[in-house]
Amino acid sequence: MPALLFYIFCTITIASAIGVVSNKNAVASALSFFVCLCGISVLFVMLDAYLLAFLLILVYAGAVVALFLFIIMLLDMQGGDRPPFKKMTIASSAIAGALLVAGVVVFLARGQFSTESIALAQAPSFFTDLKMYGVKLFTSYMLPVQLVGFLLLISMLGVIVISKKHEEKQESGGKGARS
Amino acid sequence: MLDFYFSLPLIVRLIIQGLAVIAVLFPLGAACSMAERKVAAWAQDRPGPNRARPWGLGRIPIIGPILGRFGIFNLMADGGKLLFKEDIVPGHVNKFYFVIAPIVAMTPALSTIAFVPFGAYLDGAGRVLPVMLADVDIGILGVFALASLGVYSLILAGWASNSKYPFLGAIRASAQLISYELSMTLAVVPVLLWINAPGTPGTLSLVRVVEFQSQSGFWGGAWFVFVMPLSAFIFLVALFAETNRQPFDMPESEADLVGGFHTEYGSYKWSLFFVAEYGHMIVGSALFILLFCGGWNPLPWLPLSTFVGWLAPLGAWTAHPLFVGILSICIFLGKVIFSIFFFMWVRWTLPRFRYDQVMRIGWQRLLPLSIANLIIYTIAIALLN
Repeated sequence: MPALLFYIFCTITIASAIGVVSNKNAVASALSFFVCLCGISVLFVMLDAYLLAFLLILVYAGAVVALFLFIIMLLDMQGGDRPPFKKMTIASSAIAGALLVAGVVVFLARGQFSTESIALAQAPSFFTDLKMYGVKLFTSYMLPVQLVGFLLLISMLGVIVISKKHEEKQESGGKGARS
Repeated sequence: MLDFYFSLPLIVRLIIQGLAVIAVLFPLGAACSMAERKVAAWAQDRPGPNRARPWGLGRIPIIGPILGRFGIFNLMADGGKLLFKEDIVPGHVNKFYFVIAPIVAMTPALSTIAFVPFGAYLDGAGRVLPVMLADVDIGILGVFALASLGVYSLILAGWASNSKYPFLGAIRASAQLISYELSMTLAVVPVLLWINAPGTPGTLSLVRVVEFQSQSGFWGGAWFVFVMPLSAFIFLVALFAETNRQPFDMPESEADLVGGFHTEYGSYKWSLFFVAEYGHMIVGSALFILLFCGGWNPLPWLPLSTFVGWLAPLGAWTAHPLFVGILSICIFLGKVIFSIFFFMWVRWTLPRFRYDQVMRIGWQRLLPLSIANLIIYTIAIALLN
C-alpha cells in the first residue's frame, strides 16, 4: 500500500512539474506548480516529516503560488500565453536534465546517497519533534538561517527601492503624495 | 455493535470516521445559511422565512409548526431547489477551471476539520483523551496550511468566469485573504509560546492548548481570552476577514461590485461556495474556541473532568466514555454555534469597510499590533519562566 501510494504521488508530482514548464498558459503553469507542491508535501508526509509537509503547503502552496497567480492576473487578464520555446532552450534544458539524472545515478551507484547510510531510526525523531527542530535550527544550522535571513532582507530592500521610485514618479505628476 | 466496528480494518474505520464528520459538517454549513436568514430577520425585527410547510409534515401536532416557524422546511426546499435546478455553464467561461473551482472551495473547507479536536472523553485513569480525526503534533499548523488553500477557489472562480467584474472581485478577495493571514498566525504564536514552557516536549497540538486551559488553580483554569485578550481580539478580527464576513465582505460587496463567484455561477456550484464559506466559519470558530475559550470545558475555571465528577451522584453511567464524549461534543458544539451567531450578529451591527480601509486596517493597524503583541508576550513569558 505505501509503495503504491508513493508511486502514485511521484507520478503526480513529476507530471505536474513537467506541466509547469510545458503549459502555454501562465495560470495553468502556476496551478501545475501548486499540484506539484502538494505532491511533494504528500511525499514528506509519507516520510513522517509532517512539519516540512505542512510548512511547504502553508508557505509555498498557500502564499507563494497565490501571489504568483495574483501577479499573473494583475499583469495580464488573459493569463498570458507565452511564446513557444526556442530550439536552443529545449536542447540546453534536455542536456541539463540529463546531467542531473546522471549525477543522481552516480551518487546512487557509489552508495553515498543510499538509504542504508542514513540511520533511519534517527531521521524521523529529528523531523517530528518540533522542539528538536527548533533547537537544531538555532544551533547547528545557525549560519544558513542567518544567510537566508540576509537574502530576504536584501530582496525586501530591493522591493522598497523599486516601489519608492514608482511613487516618486507619481509624485512629480500629481499632487504631492506622502511617501 | 462497538465490537463489530473495532473488528473492521483500520482504513475502513478511518473512512467511516471521516465521512461521519463530513456528514455533520456539510449539513451544518447548509443549516448556517438558514440561521443567517433567521438571525438577520430577528436583528431587523421581522419574522423571517417561516411559511414553508409540506402537506404531511406541517400537520404533525406541536413539532410541525415549530419546525415551520424556524424555517427548517424552507431550508430543505432551498437545498432541493439548488440541487435539481438546471446547472448552466455559460458559454464564455474557461470550462475546466469553472467546474473545478467549487471543488477547490469545498476540499480545504471540509478537510481542515481533521486537525480540530471537537470533544474529549475520560479513560479509566481519569485522563482526558481527545475526540478527533488526526491527532498529530502539528495540529494548528495543519489547520492554517489547509485553510490557506481556500484562496484558490476565489481566484479560480473569478478568473474562470472570464469577465471583468468577477475578476476584480476575485483580485480584491485574494488580496484580503493574503493580507490577514499574517496577523492571524502572529496572534496565535503567544498562546503556543505560553503552552510550550521549558522542559515540556514541544507541540503545536490544539489538544495541549485545551489541556493547558483545564488545569487547576486561578492561572491554570483561566481561558486564554482572559490571559491574552489582545491576541484573542486580533485573531477574531483576522478570522472575520479570512472567512469573508462582514465587515470585511470584499468578495461579495453586493452593493458596489459584482463579486467573484456571484456573477456566473448558479444552482449547485454556487451553493457549494456558500457551504464552503460556512465550513470555514465553523472551523474558524472551533479554532477560536479551542485557542481562547477553553474548548470543551463548560465554564472558565471549571474543567470537564470536574464537571463530570459533579454528575457522578446521578449514577455510574455518567462516567461512561460514550456519555462524556457526547457531553463534551455538545458543549463544544454549543460554543461553536454561539460563535457563529456572533458572526451573524456582527454582520447586522457593523457597516462594511471600504476596500482601502480593509487594506489599511490589515497592514497598518492589525499587523504592527500583532507584532507588538508577540514581542510583549515573548518578553513577559521569558520573564515568568
